[in-house]
Amino acid sequence: MEKIQFDQLQEELYYEKMSNGLDVYVLPKQGFHKTYATFTTKYGSVDNEFVPLGKDQFTHVPDGIAHFLEHKLFEKEDGDVFQQFSKQGASANAFTTFTRTTYLFSSTSNVQQNLETLINFVQDPYFTEKTVEKEKGIIGQEITMYEDNPDWRVYFGLIENMYHHHPVRIDIAGTIQSIDKITKDLLYECYYTFYHPSNMLLFVVGPVNPEEIMNQVRENQSKKNYQNQPEIRRHFEKEPEDVKEKLRVLPMDVKTPKCYVGIKGAKTDIKGIEMLRYELSINVLLEMLFGKSSQNYFDLYEKGLIDDSFFFDFTQEEGFGFAMIGSDTMNPDEFAKRIQSVLLDAKTGAYLTEDALERTKKKKIGAFLRSLNSPEFIANQFTRYAFHEMNLFDVVPTLEQLTFDDIKKVAAELIAPNRLTTFQVTPK
Amino acid sequence: MTVVDEIVKKKKGYTLHFVKTDQYKTNTIVWKMKAPLENETVTLRALLPNVLQNSSKKYPTTTSLQSYLEELYGANFFVDVGKKGEYHIMSFSIELANEKFLKEKTPLLRTGLDFLASILFAPNAENGRFHESSVTSEKRILKQRLQSLFDDKMRYASQRLIEEMCENEPYALHPYGRLDDVDSISSESLYQYYERALREDELDLYVVGDVDFEEVEGACDQLFLLSDRQPKLVKKRSIPSRSEVKVVKEQQYVKQGKLNIGYRTHVSFGDPDYFALQVFNGIFGGFSHSKLFLNVREKESLAYYASSRLESHKGLMMVMSGIESKNYEKAVAIIHEQLEAMKNGDFSEKEIEQTKAVIHNQLLETIDTQRGLIEMLYHNVLAKKNVTVEDWLQGIVEASDSEIVKVAEKIEMDTIYFLSGQEGLN
Repeated sequence: MEKIQFDQLQEELYYEKMSNGLDVYVLPKQGFHKTYATFTTKYGSVDNEFVPLGKDQFTHVPDGIAHFLEHKLFEKEDGDVFQQFSKQGASANAFTTFTRTTYLFSSTSNVQQNLETLINFVQDPYFTEKTVEKEKGIIGQEITMYEDNPDWRVYFGLIENMYHHHPVRIDIAGTIQSIDKITKDLLYECYYTFYHPSNMLLFVVGPVNPEEIMNQVRENQSKKNYQNQPEIRRHFEKEPEDVKEKLRVLPMDVKTPKCYVGIKGAKTDIKGIEMLRYELSINVLLEMLFGKSSQNYFDLYEKGLIDDSFFFDFTQEEGFGFAMIGSDTMNPDEFAKRIQSVLLDAKTGAYLTEDALERTKKKKIGAFLRSLNSPEFIANQFTRYAFHEMNLFDVVPTLEQLTFDDIKKVAAELIAPNRLTTFQVTPK
Repeated sequence: MTVVDEIVKKKKGYTLHFVKTDQYKTNTIVWKMKAPLENETVTLRALLPNVLQNSSKKYPTTTSLQSYLEELYGANFFVDVGKKGEYHIMSFSIELANEKFLKEKTPLLRTGLDFLASILFAPNAENGRFHESSVTSEKRILKQRLQSLFDDKMRYASQRLIEEMCENEPYALHPYGRLDDVDSISSESLYQYYERALREDELDLYVVGDVDFEEVEGACDQLFLLSDRQPKLVKKRSIPSRSEVKVVKEQQYVKQGKLNIGYRTHVSFGDPDYFALQVFNGIFGGFSHSKLFLNVREKESLAYYASSRLESHKGLMMVMSGIESKNYEKAVAIIHEQLEAMKNGDFSEKEIEQTKAVIHNQLLETIDTQRGLIEMLYHNVLAKKNVTVEDWLQGIVEASDSEIVKVAEKIEMDTIYFLSGQEGLN
């Protein structure tokens, strides 16, 4: 077990790689009542073309299968794992993103038992044709729930605009038609390919003793008979640099139109400290351009083009990335026009000042400290960072080191007319 | 051992609440202003916090105000209006980094209190009116916020149920106010209301963080100079039972039907059987081991979500589920059967144990966040009770089978609201 100390933040992190390849991290948080644990596999909705374990040909699986698998892992021969967690006073959950599937619990008592339940249920699949069929109705309703949600539609619509081929353009839950093709055999095939411990990370944060946790996990894993697994082979079709569609409009039963402007990412093959620096630079850039203290925000607000739903955000994973700027707006065309023109001006350095950079860095540092109040944030973000060979606790020093040139450089690299796109939801 | 050590001190015109803890990297300040929920004031109160947040005498534009907050290591300042029972509450919150984690050791909490006082007592106003263009902008934004309630269909269905169920009660009002009232508010009438709210509202200030009480109290004594008041209390009224359940159906262009059912529990926070009601709700529909989740979702595959929640200060319980429109009758019947089972005591020792364990966990998790803790403590202000977290935990443990059944017997279905897709529309 390795101990990593972060003096400024007054945090200590413990790490051990188990002999089967599982990465385990423990962050003790005294004073908290709850312990929060996540068990994550590097497997999400985009992993739809790969070589299954023990085979040598690529296979293409139905859309939504990673999310479907997440649902089905909770069901066992003797019932539902939620029941077990409830009995032990824990609340359990799971979620699937583009690139990860996470299983988690939080509890203020019986932590050892709950951790045992978490690891064991994820490592013991039980799929039958009958239970797979039953789940189709439930997930079908989850899909229609999202279909009625205009914020979700505009978000996904914008991603579909950006990507020609990359599976990030496919809805995480799939469609009613695609999930209908899922069988128990396909679930097992995905499971054995992606749920090997060497593709997974366990994070525990709370008022715990790191040594006890490590001993428990080590003992638990030593009883399970995992064979070394070759590296997973995934395939992604080559993605053009420009966006697929410049503009699409979806009529829905809403009163206020919604408009999102997207920038398709340019530099999506980086990792480690380079990625951290890049991603923080873009976050700072967007804040300088559109944050509440910016002239642009003031103008949009004064002209009545935005309201308190206005947001901006940057997402990057291996092989894809995008920035989004969006709002409910009574004038979506004008909103899109202004956002695009701000972006294109910023490409050549407009609106960027040293003053604003210093202020923004302070703001980001404060926001990061605030995030560290949340065990959920720490576990989920740490995992995401680790999968990209970055360290969550490098955020503050990296922010402090960002220079004005870094910001100008990412503005010039990221923003380009052929990578901008717009999606609107308008009243029927 | 006490779980939460809250210092409560009555001050002139307000109450100061303080919890010392080194659990967090930030210190949090929340200022709450409470008054009865009423037709005449609901929209004024929805607008006022946003106008005060927009700018101040010292920082007369949004840009300068926001720049100042960024300088304070991104102090997070936000306002909010909500309703609890038939009270309308305006909240002003500031979260500040604790400087012990920063390279620069400026004491930020005192700065935060100064800032809050300047927002509340030195607004961007002159000659008895707020700055005109801030009011105009915030009115526009309030209208958009009200309009967008229609766009999120799950929230829309919840609000429509409350409107139909509590038709002639103040509780039917949305805390964001009424769209039709917004235009008639002027910068002058809003200012008059601002003065009245500062004079009449019940005021509470919460500070949670790693600071000393004496320091906080000293600062507050300088900054918060208010007059004594007699806060208006809302009398609990008894609502006569309906002779038959009210059913309201509406159609829109939606793919999924949203089924919302409202019940009267006749039990509120602070009542002796309130803890039994919480356990009841947990067995019935509050969690993923509950009867609604198991029977509507897991057994029949009718829904992705099927749950119930309590409105603790009004004595209501709301069930919500998203279903295919054709399954309406079936879903209503299953939900009804689950309530009947509860009334008949048809729940196992295992269900009780699970529910109590999960509620215990939920209560302790809530107080692991500064805001959660403050909301929990504020229940006592609302209900004029003094229930500690320990009382609450103990109350859950002690709720007996027969108390749970008794509480179930009190529960009456009041209104069913169903939003469905229209044939031929989709």
